[in-house]
Amino acid sequence: MLKYRIIPCLDVAKGRVVKGVNFINLKDAGDPVACARAYDKAGADELLFLDITASHESRPTTLRMVTQVAESIYIPFTVGGGIRSVEDIRDLLKAGCDKVSLNTSAVQNHNLVKKSAARFGSQCIVVAIDAKSIGKSRWSVFTHGGRIQTSLDAVEWAKKVEQLGAGEILLTSMDRDGTKLGYDLELTKKVSEAVSIPVIASGGVGTLKHLYDGFAKGKADAVLAASIFHFGVYSIAQAKRYLVKQGLPIRL
Amino acid sequence: MKSKNRPSRIGIVDYGMGNIRSVTKAIDHLGGCAFVSDQSEKLNQADALILPGVGEFGHAVRELKNKKLFQFLREWIACEKPLLGICLGLQLLFERSEESQHANGLGVWKGTVRKFKFGKTLRHKIPHMGWNDVRFEKPCVLTKSLSNNSHFYFVHSYYVDPKDKRLTIGTTHYGTRVPAILASQTTFGVQFHPEKSQKAGLKILKNFIGFVQKKRLKK
Repeated sequence: MLKYRIIPCLDVAKGRVVKGVNFINLKDAGDPVACARAYDKAGADELLFLDITASHESRPTTLRMVTQVAESIYIPFTVGGGIRSVEDIRDLLKAGCDKVSLNTSAVQNHNLVKKSAARFGSQCIVVAIDAKSIGKSRWSVFTHGGRIQTSLDAVEWAKKVEQLGAGEILLTSMDRDGTKLGYDLELTKKVSEAVSIPVIASGGVGTLKHLYDGFAKGKADAVLAASIFHFGVYSIAQAKRYLVKQGLPIRL
Repeated sequence: MKSKNRPSRIGIVDYGMGNIRSVTKAIDHLGGCAFVSDQSEKLNQADALILPGVGEFGHAVRELKNKKLFQFLREWIACEKPLLGICLGLQLLFERSEESQHANGLGVWKGTVRKFKFGKTLRHKIPHMGWNDVRFEKPCVLTKSLSNNSHFYFVHSYYVDPKDKRLTIGTTHYGTRVPAILASQTTFGVQFHPEKSQKAGLKILKNFIGFVQKKRLKK
């Protein structure tokens, strides 16, 4: 039986992990390779690196980081942030990541999703959707790190990216992000049931119950979490044991 | 006379389809000596080959033919030299795929690669993406000292359906039970990504290297 996935998210800037990972005593909590190794060992199912200051100048640094991470861990990992072209995607995949996550560039250029899925396969094209509530059961898609509102409806956009060839959706609730109030379950469920590709729930997790709700109520296929793991509030093993106890299929 | 004690040389077939850095690194990490090439003359120097790959079946067949690797691989396997196909690399060992009607695979194993199809009652997402357990149906050198129902990382929308069911060593369940590990003599194939499946995956690769090493010592 296919297992639900737990995916720690690491924010990186200029090739360094921002805020660091502090759940074990790493010599250098900002070293992406050390963080990735620690999570691999801890039982994470996948990893996501989000380049929060991605710019043209920082590209070579990011590629170097991807290469080093790829050579250090034996679980899949995704890289997102500032990816604008088929060439960017090619370079990242060649450097050794398994998937890339597109956000603003997918909204601006639908053809990028289509072209890259056709060229590299849907399995490595994740489309990240930043969604914010704009009324009862309605969510708008935002781009540029949540700064710019688009005219797109989140559920419709999810269906569209599936059509374009995306293999997975990373769905972040902007309303919940950073609140520790739990995922936006209504949004997650709506999107997950509207598409037939896997959906990763993101934004708002603060407790283990929230992870459970993401799967059981939000119908997510995977959950993304950052601070609860980075700062050692919970360990991956603790989270997994909890979810197994609740009767969910999890890889221990 | 070449030393038999040297690490086994594992040629990774590079035909432009997917992430080969991880598998290369994993082989080196496990005591093999991996090299990547798209040239048959170079790959022919290897003790064993790994045929990796993600992407579309028909495109992969065209790339193998463009690089003059298609016939080379058929001959390699016919000579009973060890080969491990991973994911699309496994599917390419078969005759045909529902993904690409007009392309013939290597045809080493008889059978078809089929698309997952689920009725409305069974809500399963495609691709089959993530960690799934594999049930070992019979003993095999590849699964030696691994515990039954170990987890491996899968990403695929098509599965292999061999004519000869005896080829199937391990299966996984996703809506329906499908082959995950196959083997005959010196040819092996896995549907999951061992290079992305942590300890269990590395063990599969280590067992493959061990098989190659043993075979060399027998010569």
